[in-house]
Amino acid sequence: MATKLPHTDVAIIGLGWTGAIVASELTAAGLDVVAIERGPWRDTARDFSIASVPDELRYVHRQELMLRTAQNTVTVRNDPSETALPMRNWGSFHPGNGTGGAGNHWAGITFRFQPQEFRLKSYLQERYGPTAISDELTLQDWGTDWNEMEPFYTAFDRIVGTSGKAGNLRGQIQEGGNPFEGPRSEEYPTKPLRQPYGPVLFAKAAAEMGYRPFPVPSSLISEPYTNPLGVTMGPCTFCGFCTNYGCANYSKASPIVNILPALVRRQNFTARTNSEVLKVLTDSTGKKATGVLFADTSGEEWEQPADLVVVGAFTFENVRLMLLSGIGKPYDPSTGEGTTGRNYCYQTANGVQLFFDDKNFNPFIGGGAVGMGIDEFNNDNFDHSGLGFFGGGSIRVTPIGAAPISYRPVPPGTPAWGKEWKKATVKNYLSAMSIGCEASSYATRNNYLSLDPTYTDRFGRPLLRITFDFPENDLKMAQYCTSKVADIARHMGPRQIVENPMKGHWNTVPYQSSHVVGGFIMGENPANSCVNKYLQSWDVPNLFVVGASAFPQNPGYNPTGTAAALAFKAADAIKNIYLKDPGPMVRT
Amino acid sequence: MTAAAVGGLSSLAMAQSLGDAEFNVVDRGRYLSILSDCAACHTAPGGRPFAGGLSIETPFGNLVTPNITPDRETGIGKYTKDDFQRVMSEGIGRGGYHLYAAMPYPAYTKMTAEDNAALFAYLQTLQPVKNQVEVNQLPFPYNQRWSLFGWNALNFTAGVFKPNADKSKQWNRGAYLVQGPGHCGTCHTPKNALGGDKDSEALQGFVIQGWNAPNITTDQHKGIGSWSVDDIVAYLKTGANRFDLASGPMAEVVTKSTSKISDSDLAAIATYLKDSGETSTAASAAIAQSEPVMKAGAALYADRCSGCHTPAGEGIPKLFPRLADAPLVNADDATSLIHVVLAGSRAGSTDAVSTSPAMPAFDWNMSDEQVASVLTYVRNSWGNAAPAVKPADVASLRDHLKKQ
Repeated sequence: MATKLPHTDVAIIGLGWTGAIVASELTAAGLDVVAIERGPWRDTARDFSIASVPDELRYVHRQELMLRTAQNTVTVRNDPSETALPMRNWGSFHPGNGTGGAGNHWAGITFRFQPQEFRLKSYLQERYGPTAISDELTLQDWGTDWNEMEPFYTAFDRIVGTSGKAGNLRGQIQEGGNPFEGPRSEEYPTKPLRQPYGPVLFAKAAAEMGYRPFPVPSSLISEPYTNPLGVTMGPCTFCGFCTNYGCANYSKASPIVNILPALVRRQNFTARTNSEVLKVLTDSTGKKATGVLFADTSGEEWEQPADLVVVGAFTFENVRLMLLSGIGKPYDPSTGEGTTGRNYCYQTANGVQLFFDDKNFNPFIGGGAVGMGIDEFNNDNFDHSGLGFFGGGSIRVTPIGAAPISYRPVPPGTPAWGKEWKKATVKNYLSAMSIGCEASSYATRNNYLSLDPTYTDRFGRPLLRITFDFPENDLKMAQYCTSKVADIARHMGPRQIVENPMKGHWNTVPYQSSHVVGGFIMGENPANSCVNKYLQSWDVPNLFVVGASAFPQNPGYNPTGTAAALAFKAADAIKNIYLKDPGPMVRT
Repeated sequence: MTAAAVGGLSSLAMAQSLGDAEFNVVDRGRYLSILSDCAACHTAPGGRPFAGGLSIETPFGNLVTPNITPDRETGIGKYTKDDFQRVMSEGIGRGGYHLYAAMPYPAYTKMTAEDNAALFAYLQTLQPVKNQVEVNQLPFPYNQRWSLFGWNALNFTAGVFKPNADKSKQWNRGAYLVQGPGHCGTCHTPKNALGGDKDSEALQGFVIQGWNAPNITTDQHKGIGSWSVDDIVAYLKTGANRFDLASGPMAEVVTKSTSKISDSDLAAIATYLKDSGETSTAASAAIAQSEPVMKAGAALYADRCSGCHTPAGEGIPKLFPRLADAPLVNADDATSLIHVVLAGSRAGSTDAVSTSPAMPAFDWNMSDEQVASVLTYVRNSWGNAAPAVKPADVASLRDHLKKQ
């Protein structure tokens, strides 16, 4: 029997980016907020000291910032005909844990999605004809548009101090920026980072080939910045301990650097850490959320009653909690009915390695989002007529910093150990680099999330089951885009290049990206989506499910900027529309 | 809720008999309690505010702060307004015993009777907390309170603040706040062998509890001569300015006291400090960069410090303190610098500057020699000039910190 806690205006599940943003916006509006986080409290000063952060063994191999799979994991399979098995070690993706969530260990790449992405299905049909999209894909519009999204991207940029160069300022294309980005209402808050040698060489080659390289938008910032909440960031030192690590220098934006120091000072904010939400509670009609049920580390259960419930956990847990709480109808791939779990997508990671003889890249210099990119082969920035696929990727050189233990770039054919391996390591360590292509992932009928029939967590609740494999569309796209990357690589004049397009079936190892999206998607109507454009549940109007779980498909960009913008969007709608007239904000 | 209401009623009854309960008086007393930072000392870690119990380390042994809630048995519930006035102006407790000067009555003596009455009225409205405190934990002979007669005769001049008619009203307000309720000199003024203030060296800096409370006179080299009135106000209000961040014990002063002081009072304090009449001491010559200790320090600085404090010691405002031309860095005494390198330190958090960044501890991976070299380098680079730090000083503070 759960102990009932005093009522609050808003209960928020998760204190990563989305939860922290919504908590910040709603407490500023005067609402009482209780945020419930399954992991520990994390704090830069205490947890990410410069004396202890640069530790690859601790953070990359032992994954200290990640969820422990003994607490919660997922089961995986490629196809609905298979039996899923649980992941006991994180490989393909890294779900974070604790305050800050994945926002602590992210790379910091902060793209905005392009305007056409928010109405992708309509846009592609308009450009390529009503039957151009293959039957394999279940692409969908988002129910919102660029003009509605732009102010919230800007709000996030101001919070994190994004470093970059505008490519499109209020409709005017800007020299040196990304010409494919949607019109921005203002310049990036901080200037672009200085570029290491690899990105400089890449940008030079790309420009010579007629492409328009730009500095990758980065939430590792280039100069001191104080955000509107009054918290201060320092410039990135290119220490190279970034992706998978917390930042000791207050240079990489995270909820714990950019929001929580101000948030914890507010009297109307409460955080409950080490507390795992078991379900969202609804009344007897199932149409109204009454609060959340959570368990502390002793297993004791608590009920937090609330007028509004905002679910801001990682994609997997957002969807799982909805399935466990009976919100919406579970998606069934055999009939195509149901929406909860539908349109689960990933990211298609590709790259080309370059081996030079006469270059020194000093690979230990780096940062998660430092680099130069081009967007000529991303999304629908190139003509897809006759190509047999849609989508594309962001092509870029972003040296994240050579991991002392793991980074041993040697060409294929090198022995895996011994004298020859050592010789090849010495020969190539300083003079190898790679060009990445983070590419789109489009929804199909058989890629979806559901509750596992066999495996449960420590509370006896079913684990989330992932059914996913790379769609034919995406594998074709990967081949095409990687070949374009290879052209640039060859132009750079290395001794040897190695192309690595995504091939074959999805595998849980190695690490590919934590950009798992969809499963509780937003859209124009409740027949094929779970939340409306305000991230409000169609079925339960006082429930908001915020994050990348709302993406109907994934473009060739990193998702954090958009997940955060959606959090601002939801908070704005709650403050300015919902509170004045509680109820469904979109009526169909 | 019920308990608080009952507490409110009972304290109201007491206030009627013992002090003025009129709102304006009580609220003025509340503000004075912030100015005087009473709760900082009169609250045990994790304890109820004003209920005492904090152990104060003195050169003579430990004292524990008393309970100043209006509990009749264990607090000051039996005090009258006049008893309280005597505590503040003479350092004499109810019943006639002498207080130890860890209670800064040598400063509070300058407070007006009106302010003391208001402060007392406020304290009487607090909810009484039963918390018995054994104040005197000093070893013999310091535990003999009669010895304080002699101490007072040598070190204490009773008397309320006398305004200086030649100075502005704002200057006089600042002087009153600094010398009286703010009791800045309690930490920042050098002490004689008995622990009494050396008045001729007021606010020139003093080492207390393992920290150097720096020189806050207008001395250009070792003091805050380069800080403008606005810089001082920003520091006290937010804990940070373009030079520095409040850290160590001052972080707590900012968090609990100065960040809550009115802007006009902060401006008054700054105006007074900027006109404290100190002449600047000439900077000694910096140690040459070619000295082996400086070369060793430069290498350590590049590896361990420059990422945050920047290669030229400029720091990042509101995040990483500036080391170039910094008063604390140039102080004769390097205790605070050794302290933060060994034990780390965390800046305070205020509404205006909430980040609260930290300096990590290096005691576990830097030797006494290394700490001494890097600090000697910092203290003699980028315009700084100060005596070299000796490895023995590092060893001694390391030892002291271990015992804490």
